[in-house]
Amino acid sequence: MVDKTTEIRSVPLERRSHKSSFIKAVGAVVWKDLRAEFRSRELFSAMLVFSLLIILIFNFALELDIKTRQSVTSGVLWATFAFAGTLGLNRSMAIEKDRGCLDGLLLAPVDRSAIYFGKVISNLAFMLIVELIVLPVYSVLYTVNLFQPGLLLVILLGSIGYAGVGTLLAAMSVQTRTRDILLPILLFPVVIPVLLSAVKASSGFLNGADWEEIVLPLNLLIAYDIIFIALAFMVFDNVVEE
Amino acid sequence: MQTKPLALRILDILAIVLLGISAYLALNAPTERVMGEVQKVFYFHIGTAWTALLGFILAGVFSVIYLITKDLKWDRFQVAAIEVSLVFFLITIVLGSIWARPAWNTWWTWDPRLTTAAVTELIYVAYFMLRQGIDDPDRRARFGAVYALVGGLSAPITFFAIRLFRTIHPVVIGGTNPEADGGFSMTPDMRSAFFFALFAFSIIFIDLFWNRIRLGDLQEKVEQLKLKVSM
Repeated sequence: MVDKTTEIRSVPLERRSHKSSFIKAVGAVVWKDLRAEFRSRELFSAMLVFSLLIILIFNFALELDIKTRQSVTSGVLWATFAFAGTLGLNRSMAIEKDRGCLDGLLLAPVDRSAIYFGKVISNLAFMLIVELIVLPVYSVLYTVNLFQPGLLLVILLGSIGYAGVGTLLAAMSVQTRTRDILLPILLFPVVIPVLLSAVKASSGFLNGADWEEIVLPLNLLIAYDIIFIALAFMVFDNVVEE
Repeated sequence: MQTKPLALRILDILAIVLLGISAYLALNAPTERVMGEVQKVFYFHIGTAWTALLGFILAGVFSVIYLITKDLKWDRFQVAAIEVSLVFFLITIVLGSIWARPAWNTWWTWDPRLTTAAVTELIYVAYFMLRQGIDDPDRRARFGAVYALVGGLSAPITFFAIRLFRTIHPVVIGGTNPEADGGFSMTPDMRSAFFFALFAFSIIFIDLFWNRIRLGDLQEKVEQLKLKVSM
Protein backbone atom coordinates (compact mmCIF):
# COMPACT_ATOMS: atom_id res chain seq x y z
CA MET A 1 0.00 0.00 0.00
CA VAL A 2 2.61 2.47 1.10
CA ASP A 3 4.80 1.66 -1.85
CA LYS A 4 2.02 2.26 -4.28
CA THR A 5 1.19 5.72 -2.99
CA THR A 6 4.79 6.85 -3.15
CA GLU A 7 5.01 5.53 -6.67
CA ILE A 8 1.91 7.40 -7.72
CA ARG A 9 3.20 10.56 -6.15
CA SER A 10 6.64 10.32 -7.62
CA VAL A 11 5.50 10.06 -11.26
CA PRO A 12 3.81 13.45 -11.56
CA LEU A 13 6.65 15.08 -9.66
CA GLU A 14 9.19 13.76 -12.15
CA ARG A 15 7.05 14.77 -15.03
CA ARG A 16 6.61 18.23 -13.61
CA SER A 17 10.34 18.73 -13.27
CA HIS A 18 10.81 17.58 -16.86
CA LYS A 19 8.12 19.98 -18.00
CA SER A 20 9.57 22.90 -16.11
CA SER A 21 13.05 22.25 -17.54
CA PHE A 22 11.55 22.30 -21.04
CA ILE A 23 9.80 25.59 -20.36
CA LYS A 24 13.01 26.95 -18.85
CA ALA A 25 14.91 26.00 -22.01
CA VAL A 26 12.29 27.67 -24.20
CA GLY A 27 12.43 30.74 -21.97
CA ALA A 28 16.22 30.84 -22.18
CA VAL A 29 16.15 30.87 -25.99
CA VAL A 30 13.49 33.58 -26.04
CA TRP A 31 15.35 35.65 -23.46
CA LYS A 32 18.61 35.33 -25.39
CA ASP A 33 16.95 36.51 -28.61
CA LEU A 34 15.13 39.40 -26.99
CA ARG A 35 18.20 40.59 -25.13
CA ALA A 36 20.40 40.41 -28.22
CA GLU A 37 17.76 42.33 -30.12
CA PHE A 38 17.33 45.03 -27.47
CA ARG A 39 21.08 45.63 -27.57
CA SER A 40 21.46 45.83 -31.35
CA ARG A 41 17.92 46.74 -32.52
CA GLU A 42 19.00 45.68 -36.02
CA LEU A 43 16.15 43.40 -36.83
CA PHE A 44 13.40 45.37 -35.19
CA SER A 45 14.25 48.69 -36.79
CA ALA A 46 14.67 47.08 -40.21
CA MET A 47 11.27 45.37 -39.95
CA LEU A 48 9.57 48.53 -38.77
CA VAL A 49 11.00 50.85 -41.42
CA PHE A 50 10.39 48.23 -44.09
CA SER A 51 6.73 47.86 -43.15
CA LEU A 52 6.19 51.62 -43.12
CA LEU A 53 7.75 51.77 -46.59
CA ILE A 54 5.42 49.04 -47.81
CA ILE A 55 2.42 51.02 -46.59
CA LEU A 56 3.82 54.04 -48.40
CA ILE A 57 4.15 52.03 -51.61
CA PHE A 58 0.62 50.71 -51.28
CA ASN A 59 -0.57 54.24 -50.78
CA PHE A 60 0.70 55.21 -54.21
CA ALA A 61 0.02 51.90 -55.93
CA LEU A 62 -3.63 51.68 -54.86
CA GLU A 63 -4.47 55.37 -54.30
CA LEU A 64 -5.98 54.65 -50.92
CA ASP A 65 -8.91 57.04 -50.99
CA ILE A 66 -11.84 56.58 -48.64
CA LYS A 67 -13.75 54.27 -50.96
CA THR A 68 -10.98 51.79 -51.76
CA ARG A 69 -9.67 51.93 -48.22
CA GLN A 70 -12.71 50.14 -46.86
CA SER A 71 -12.20 47.12 -49.07
CA VAL A 72 -8.42 46.85 -49.14
CA THR A 73 -7.29 47.83 -45.61
CA SER A 74 -7.02 44.25 -44.35
CA GLY A 75 -5.25 43.18 -47.53
CA VAL A 76 -2.70 45.98 -47.25
CA LEU A 77 -2.11 45.18 -43.58
CA TRP A 78 -1.53 41.48 -44.16
CA ALA A 79 0.70 42.01 -47.18
CA THR A 80 2.76 44.38 -45.02
CA PHE A 81 3.00 41.88 -42.16
CA ALA A 82 3.91 39.05 -44.51
CA PHE A 83 6.74 40.95 -46.22
CA ALA A 84 8.12 42.42 -43.01
CA GLY A 85 7.81 38.98 -41.40
CA THR A 86 10.14 37.29 -43.89
CA LEU A 87 12.73 39.96 -43.20
CA GLY A 88 12.65 39.16 -39.49
CA LEU A 89 12.57 35.38 -39.93
CA ASN A 90 15.51 35.41 -42.30
CA ARG A 91 17.58 37.58 -40.05
CA SER A 92 16.82 35.76 -36.82
CA MET A 93 18.06 32.46 -38.27
CA ALA A 94 20.93 33.97 -40.27
CA ILE A 95 22.39 35.47 -37.08
CA GLU A 96 22.48 32.04 -35.48
CA LYS A 97 24.11 30.48 -38.50
CA ASP A 98 26.70 33.19 -39.22
CA ARG A 99 28.16 33.42 -35.78
CA GLY A 100 28.07 29.68 -35.20
CA CYS A 101 25.47 30.09 -32.46
CA LEU A 102 23.27 27.38 -33.94
CA ASP A 103 25.90 24.73 -33.20
CA GLY A 104 26.13 26.00 -29.64
CA LEU A 105 22.38 25.84 -29.26
CA LEU A 106 22.30 22.32 -30.65
CA LEU A 107 24.99 21.21 -28.22
CA ALA A 108 22.86 22.30 -25.27
CA PRO A 109 21.45 19.26 -23.45
CA VAL A 110 17.81 20.17 -24.05
CA ASP A 111 15.10 18.84 -26.31
CA ARG A 112 15.57 20.36 -29.78
CA SER A 113 11.92 21.29 -29.99
CA ALA A 114 12.65 23.71 -27.12
CA ILE A 115 14.88 25.61 -29.54
CA TYR A 116 12.10 25.60 -32.10
CA PHE A 117 9.49 26.92 -29.67
CA GLY A 118 11.90 29.50 -28.30
CA LYS A 119 12.61 30.76 -31.80
CA VAL A 120 8.91 30.82 -32.69
CA ILE A 121 8.08 32.85 -29.59
CA SER A 122 10.85 35.38 -30.18
CA ASN A 123 9.95 35.73 -33.87
CA LEU A 124 6.33 36.11 -32.88
CA ALA A 125 7.28 38.77 -30.34
CA PHE A 126 9.14 40.81 -32.97
CA MET A 127 6.24 40.50 -35.40
CA LEU A 128 3.72 41.56 -32.76
CA ILE A 129 5.78 44.55 -31.66
CA VAL A 130 6.10 45.74 -35.27
CA GLU A 131 2.38 45.15 -35.82
CA LEU A 132 1.50 47.08 -32.68
CA ILE A 133 3.40 50.07 -34.06
CA VAL A 134 2.10 49.74 -37.63
CA LEU A 135 -1.54 49.60 -36.51
CA PRO A 136 -1.71 53.04 -34.84
CA VAL A 137 0.36 54.58 -37.65
CA TYR A 138 -2.04 53.17 -40.20
CA SER A 139 -5.00 54.30 -38.08
CA VAL A 140 -3.67 57.87 -37.95
CA LEU A 141 -2.69 58.02 -41.62
CA TYR A 142 -6.04 56.79 -42.89
CA THR A 143 -8.37 57.67 -40.01
CA VAL A 144 -9.73 54.19 -39.42
CA ASN A 145 -9.91 52.63 -36.00
CA LEU A 146 -7.91 49.40 -36.14
CA PHE A 147 -7.91 48.80 -32.40
CA GLN A 148 -10.81 46.39 -32.23
CA PRO A 149 -10.49 43.31 -30.02
CA GLY A 150 -11.65 41.03 -32.85
CA LEU A 151 -9.06 42.34 -35.27
CA LEU A 152 -6.31 42.06 -32.67
CA LEU A 153 -7.29 38.43 -32.11
CA VAL A 154 -7.08 37.73 -35.85
CA ILE A 155 -3.66 39.39 -36.01
CA LEU A 156 -2.45 37.28 -33.08
CA LEU A 157 -3.72 34.01 -34.60
CA GLY A 158 -2.39 34.85 -38.05
CA SER A 159 1.02 35.82 -36.70
CA ILE A 160 1.24 32.58 -34.71
CA GLY A 161 0.67 30.51 -37.84
CA TYR A 162 3.04 32.64 -39.88
CA ALA A 163 5.84 32.53 -37.31
CA GLY A 164 5.29 28.81 -36.66
CA VAL A 165 5.74 27.75 -40.27
CA GLY A 166 8.21 30.53 -41.03
CA THR A 167 10.62 29.53 -38.27
CA LEU A 168 10.74 25.94 -39.52
CA LEU A 169 11.32 26.99 -43.13
CA ALA A 170 13.84 29.70 -42.17
CA ALA A 171 15.83 27.08 -40.28
CA MET A 172 16.00 25.13 -43.56
CA SER A 173 16.62 28.03 -45.93
CA VAL A 174 19.62 29.43 -44.00
CA GLN A 175 21.38 26.11 -44.51
CA THR A 176 21.14 26.28 -48.31
CA ARG A 177 23.26 28.06 -50.87
CA THR A 178 20.53 30.49 -51.93
CA ARG A 179 19.51 31.35 -48.38
CA ASP A 180 18.16 34.89 -48.50
CA ILE A 181 16.10 34.56 -51.63
CA LEU A 182 14.79 31.11 -50.81
CA LEU A 183 12.72 31.83 -47.69
CA PRO A 184 9.88 33.83 -49.29
CA ILE A 185 9.70 31.31 -52.13
CA LEU A 186 9.34 28.43 -49.68
CA LEU A 187 7.13 30.29 -47.24
CA PHE A 188 4.53 32.19 -49.28
CA PRO A 189 2.88 29.26 -51.09
CA VAL A 190 2.41 27.35 -47.82
CA VAL A 191 1.10 30.26 -45.73
CA ILE A 192 -1.54 31.22 -48.26
CA PRO A 193 -4.27 29.64 -46.09
CA VAL A 194 -3.18 31.90 -43.20
CA LEU A 195 -3.14 35.04 -45.30
CA LEU A 196 -6.43 34.17 -46.96
CA SER A 197 -8.41 33.47 -43.82
CA ALA A 198 -6.73 36.30 -41.92
CA VAL A 199 -7.63 38.81 -44.62
CA LYS A 200 -11.17 37.49 -44.73
CA ALA A 201 -11.62 37.58 -40.96
CA SER A 202 -9.98 41.02 -40.63
CA SER A 203 -12.12 42.62 -43.29
CA GLY A 204 -15.13 40.93 -41.67
CA PHE A 205 -14.34 42.62 -38.36
CA LEU A 206 -13.53 45.96 -40.00
CA ASN A 207 -16.73 46.06 -42.05
CA GLY A 208 -18.89 44.82 -39.18
CA ALA A 209 -19.93 41.59 -40.89
CA ASP A 210 -22.12 38.93 -39.23
CA TRP A 211 -20.48 36.56 -36.79
CA GLU A 212 -21.27 33.55 -39.01
CA GLU A 213 -19.19 35.06 -41.77
CA ILE A 214 -16.20 35.63 -39.50
CA VAL A 215 -16.24 32.43 -37.50
CA LEU A 216 -15.39 30.21 -40.48
CA PRO A 217 -12.05 31.83 -41.39
CA LEU A 218 -11.31 32.20 -37.69
CA ASN A 219 -11.74 28.46 -37.14
CA LEU A 220 -9.59 27.79 -40.16
CA LEU A 221 -6.82 29.98 -38.70
CA ILE A 222 -6.94 28.09 -35.41
CA ALA A 223 -6.89 24.73 -37.21
CA TYR A 224 -3.93 25.82 -39.35
CA ASP A 225 -1.99 27.03 -36.30
CA ILE A 226 -2.51 23.75 -34.47
CA ILE A 227 -1.77 21.49 -37.44
CA PHE A 228 1.38 23.25 -38.55
CA ILE A 229 2.91 23.86 -35.15
CA ALA A 230 2.35 20.18 -34.34
CA LEU A 231 3.96 19.19 -37.64
CA ALA A 232 6.92 21.52 -37.14
CA PHE A 233 7.34 20.19 -33.61
CA MET A 234 7.58 16.66 -34.99
CA VAL A 235 9.97 17.34 -37.88
CA PHE A 236 12.21 20.07 -36.43
CA ASP A 237 14.82 17.50 -35.35
CA ASN A 238 15.34 16.60 -39.00
CA VAL A 239 15.96 20.20 -39.94
CA VAL A 240 18.76 20.94 -37.51
CA GLU A 241 20.36 17.48 -37.38
CA GLU A 242 24.01 17.45 -38.39
CA MET B 1 26.09 -0.72 -67.87
CA GLN B 2 22.79 -1.87 -66.54
CA THR B 3 20.16 -2.59 -69.20
CA LYS B 4 16.54 -1.67 -68.75
CA PRO B 5 14.51 -4.44 -67.12
CA LEU B 6 12.25 -6.25 -69.56
CA ALA B 7 9.09 -5.45 -67.59
CA LEU B 8 9.86 -1.75 -67.79
CA ARG B 9 10.46 -1.94 -71.53
CA ILE B 10 7.12 -3.69 -72.01
CA LEU B 11 5.47 -1.08 -69.83
CA ASP B 12 7.01 1.70 -71.97
CA ILE B 13 5.43 0.28 -75.10
CA LEU B 14 2.14 -0.39 -73.32
CA ALA B 15 2.02 3.22 -72.12
CA ILE B 16 2.43 4.59 -75.64
CA VAL B 17 -0.19 2.21 -77.05
CA LEU B 18 -2.66 3.07 -74.28
CA LEU B 19 -2.13 6.78 -74.89
CA GLY B 20 -2.98 6.24 -78.56
CA ILE B 21 -6.11 4.20 -77.81
CA SER B 22 -7.21 6.70 -75.22
CA ALA B 23 -6.85 9.58 -77.68
CA TYR B 24 -8.78 7.60 -80.28
CA LEU B 25 -11.63 6.86 -77.84
CA ALA B 26 -11.75 10.47 -76.69
CA LEU B 27 -11.93 11.78 -80.25
CA ASN B 28 -14.61 9.27 -81.19
CA ALA B 29 -16.75 9.82 -78.12
CA PRO B 30 -19.99 11.73 -78.78
CA THR B 31 -19.55 15.47 -79.03
CA GLU B 32 -21.05 17.38 -76.15
CA ARG B 33 -24.10 19.37 -77.26
CA VAL B 34 -23.40 22.80 -75.79
CA MET B 35 -19.60 23.02 -75.60
CA GLY B 36 -18.80 21.08 -78.78
CA GLU B 37 -15.38 19.73 -79.63
CA VAL B 38 -13.50 21.51 -76.87
CA GLN B 39 -15.15 19.27 -74.30
CA LYS B 40 -12.86 16.43 -75.49
CA VAL B 41 -10.04 18.08 -73.55
CA PHE B 42 -11.85 16.85 -70.47
CA TYR B 43 -10.70 13.20 -70.84
CA PHE B 44 -7.02 14.03 -70.64
CA HIS B 45 -7.63 16.85 -68.17
CA ILE B 46 -9.04 14.46 -65.59
CA GLY B 47 -6.57 11.71 -66.52
CA THR B 48 -3.55 13.88 -65.78
CA ALA B 49 -5.15 15.58 -62.77
CA TRP B 50 -5.99 12.29 -61.08
CA THR B 51 -2.52 10.82 -61.54
CA ALA B 52 -0.79 14.06 -60.51
CA LEU B 53 -2.80 14.21 -57.28
CA LEU B 54 -2.07 10.54 -56.66
CA GLY B 55 1.63 11.29 -57.14
CA PHE B 56 1.56 14.18 -54.67
CA ILE B 57 -0.16 12.02 -52.07
CA LEU B 58 2.38 9.23 -52.69
CA ALA B 59 5.18 11.77 -52.24
CA GLY B 60 3.76 12.72 -48.85
CA VAL B 61 3.70 9.04 -47.83
CA PHE B 62 7.27 8.55 -49.08
CA SER B 63 8.51 11.54 -47.10
CA VAL B 64 7.01 10.15 -43.90
CA ILE B 65 8.65 6.78 -44.59
CA TYR B 66 11.95 8.51 -45.35
CA LEU B 67 11.87 10.54 -42.13
CA ILE B 68 11.30 7.34 -40.16
CA THR B 69 13.72 4.98 -41.93
CA LYS B 70 16.33 7.50 -43.24
CA ASP B 71 16.83 5.25 -46.27
CA LEU B 72 17.76 7.31 -49.35
CA LYS B 73 15.78 4.93 -51.55
CA TRP B 74 12.57 6.57 -50.32
CA ASP B 75 13.99 9.97 -51.17
CA ARG B 76 14.50 8.89 -54.77
CA PHE B 77 10.92 7.56 -54.83
CA GLN B 78 9.69 10.89 -53.54
CA VAL B 79 11.61 12.97 -56.09
CA ALA B 80 10.36 10.72 -58.88
CA ALA B 81 6.74 11.04 -57.76
CA ILE B 82 6.90 14.81 -57.41
CA GLU B 83 8.73 15.38 -60.67
CA VAL B 84 6.30 13.35 -62.77
CA SER B 85 3.30 14.82 -60.92
CA LEU B 86 4.58 18.35 -61.44
CA VAL B 87 4.62 17.86 -65.21
CA PHE B 88 1.24 16.10 -65.23
CA PHE B 89 -0.32 18.84 -63.14
CA LEU B 90 1.05 21.49 -65.47
CA ILE B 91 -0.59 19.62 -68.36
CA THR B 92 -3.85 19.56 -66.37
CA ILE B 93 -3.71 23.33 -65.87
CA VAL B 94 -2.90 24.06 -69.51
CA LEU B 95 -5.65 21.73 -70.77
CA GLY B 96 -8.12 23.24 -68.31
CA SER B 97 -7.19 26.67 -69.52
CA ILE B 98 -7.78 25.66 -73.14
CA TRP B 99 -11.22 24.39 -72.14
CA ALA B 100 -12.03 27.43 -70.01
CA ARG B 101 -11.47 29.94 -72.82
CA PRO B 102 -14.62 28.95 -74.78
CA ALA B 103 -16.58 27.59 -71.79
CA TRP B 104 -16.01 30.39 -69.29
CA ASN B 105 -14.86 33.01 -71.80
CA THR B 106 -11.55 33.45 -69.96
CA TRP B 107 -8.24 31.61 -69.80
CA TRP B 108 -8.05 31.90 -66.07
CA THR B 109 -10.24 32.71 -63.10
CA TRP B 110 -9.47 32.68 -59.38
CA ASP B 111 -11.71 29.77 -58.64
CA PRO B 112 -10.78 27.48 -55.67
CA ARG B 113 -9.62 24.60 -57.82
CA LEU B 114 -7.65 26.75 -60.22
CA THR B 115 -6.03 28.75 -57.45
CA THR B 116 -5.17 25.64 -55.47
CA ALA B 117 -3.70 24.08 -58.60
CA ALA B 118 -1.51 27.13 -59.17
CA VAL B 119 -0.41 27.24 -55.53
CA THR B 120 0.35 23.50 -55.55
CA GLU B 121 2.47 23.90 -58.68
CA LEU B 122 4.38 26.73 -56.99
CA ILE B 123 4.90 24.69 -53.81
CA TYR B 124 6.53 21.87 -55.72
CA VAL B 125 8.60 24.24 -57.87
CA ALA B 126 9.85 25.72 -54.58
CA TYR B 127 10.56 22.15 -53.46
CA PHE B 128 12.98 21.69 -56.35
CA MET B 129 14.58 25.08 -55.74
CA LEU B 130 15.16 24.05 -52.13
CA ARG B 131 16.77 20.79 -53.19
CA GLN B 132 18.97 22.54 -55.72
CA GLY B 133 20.51 24.72 -53.02
CA ILE B 134 21.80 21.81 -50.92
CA ASP B 135 24.84 19.69 -51.76
CA ASP B 136 24.85 17.13 -48.98
CA PRO B 137 22.55 14.28 -50.13
CA ASP B 138 21.33 13.37 -46.63
CA ARG B 139 20.45 16.92 -45.76
CA ARG B 140 18.84 17.40 -49.18
CA ALA B 141 16.67 14.36 -48.57
CA ARG B 142 15.70 15.45 -45.05
CA PHE B 143 14.79 19.00 -46.08
CA GLY B 144 12.98 17.73 -49.15
CA ALA B 145 10.90 15.35 -47.07
CA VAL B 146 10.04 18.04 -44.52
CA TYR B 147 9.04 20.53 -47.19
CA ALA B 148 7.02 17.95 -49.12
CA LEU B 149 5.11 17.25 -45.90
CA VAL B 150 4.50 20.93 -45.13
CA GLY B 151 3.47 21.63 -48.72
CA GLY B 152 1.36 18.50 -49.02
CA LEU B 153 -0.57 19.43 -45.87
CA SER B 154 -0.98 23.06 -46.84
CA ALA B 155 -2.39 22.47 -50.33
CA PRO B 156 -5.70 20.87 -49.20
CA ILE B 157 -6.09 23.56 -46.52
CA THR B 158 -5.66 26.20 -49.21
CA PHE B 159 -8.42 24.49 -51.12
CA PHE B 160 -10.80 24.61 -48.15
CA ALA B 161 -9.81 28.19 -47.42
CA ILE B 162 -10.69 29.33 -50.91
CA ARG B 163 -13.87 27.28 -50.79
CA LEU B 164 -15.08 30.01 -48.43
CA PHE B 165 -15.65 31.89 -51.65
CA ARG B 166 -17.89 30.59 -54.38
CA THR B 167 -16.82 28.14 -57.04
CA ILE B 168 -17.77 27.95 -60.71
CA HIS B 169 -15.80 24.79 -61.48
CA PRO B 170 -18.13 22.02 -62.64
CA VAL B 171 -18.29 18.79 -60.66
CA VAL B 172 -18.85 16.07 -63.27
CA ILE B 173 -18.31 13.04 -61.05
CA GLY B 174 -20.41 12.67 -57.93
CA GLY B 175 -22.53 15.62 -56.93
CA THR B 176 -23.57 18.74 -58.73
CA ASN B 177 -22.79 22.33 -58.11
CA PRO B 178 -25.70 24.64 -58.94
CA GLU B 179 -23.35 27.56 -59.49
CA ALA B 180 -21.03 25.60 -61.79
CA ASP B 181 -20.66 26.73 -65.35
CA GLY B 182 -20.01 24.20 -68.10
CA GLY B 183 -21.14 21.04 -66.32
CA PHE B 184 -22.61 18.17 -68.30
CA SER B 185 -23.66 14.56 -67.90
CA MET B 186 -21.96 11.72 -69.76
CA THR B 187 -23.38 9.15 -72.17
CA PRO B 188 -22.12 5.52 -71.91
CA ASP B 189 -19.63 6.11 -74.77
CA MET B 190 -18.22 9.15 -73.05
CA ARG B 191 -18.07 7.22 -69.81
CA SER B 192 -16.00 4.42 -71.31
CA ALA B 193 -13.64 6.92 -72.97
CA PHE B 194 -13.36 8.70 -69.65
CA PHE B 195 -12.56 5.62 -67.58
CA PHE B 196 -10.18 4.39 -70.23
CA ALA B 197 -8.33 7.72 -70.07
CA LEU B 198 -8.06 7.36 -66.28
CA PHE B 199 -6.66 3.86 -66.71
CA ALA B 200 -4.27 4.86 -69.51
CA PHE B 201 -2.86 7.79 -67.59
CA SER B 202 -2.41 5.65 -64.49
CA ILE B 203 -0.27 3.24 -66.53
CA ILE B 204 1.64 6.11 -68.15
CA PHE B 205 2.26 7.56 -64.73
CA ILE B 206 3.54 4.26 -63.34
CA ASP B 207 5.81 3.91 -66.36
CA LEU B 208 7.30 7.39 -66.02
CA PHE B 209 7.54 6.99 -62.27
CA TRP B 210 9.47 3.75 -62.64
CA ASN B 211 11.78 5.25 -65.28
CA ARG B 212 12.46 8.23 -63.05
CA ILE B 213 13.29 6.00 -60.06
CA ARG B 214 15.69 4.05 -62.27
CA LEU B 215 17.27 7.32 -63.38
CA GLY B 216 17.66 8.35 -59.72
CA ASP B 217 19.34 5.03 -58.91
CA LEU B 218 21.75 5.45 -61.83
CA GLN B 219 22.53 9.03 -60.79
CA GLU B 220 23.34 7.77 -57.33
CA LYS B 221 25.67 5.16 -58.79
CA VAL B 222 27.44 7.76 -60.94
CA GLU B 223 27.96 9.95 -57.87
CA GLN B 224 29.50 7.05 -55.98
CA LEU B 225 31.79 6.14 -58.89
CA LYS B 226 32.90 9.77 -59.18
CA LEU B 227 33.72 9.80 -55.47
CA LYS B 228 35.71 6.59 -55.84
CA VAL B 229 37.71 7.98 -58.78
CA SER B 230 38.50 11.23 -57.02
CA MET B 231 39.71 9.35 -53.94
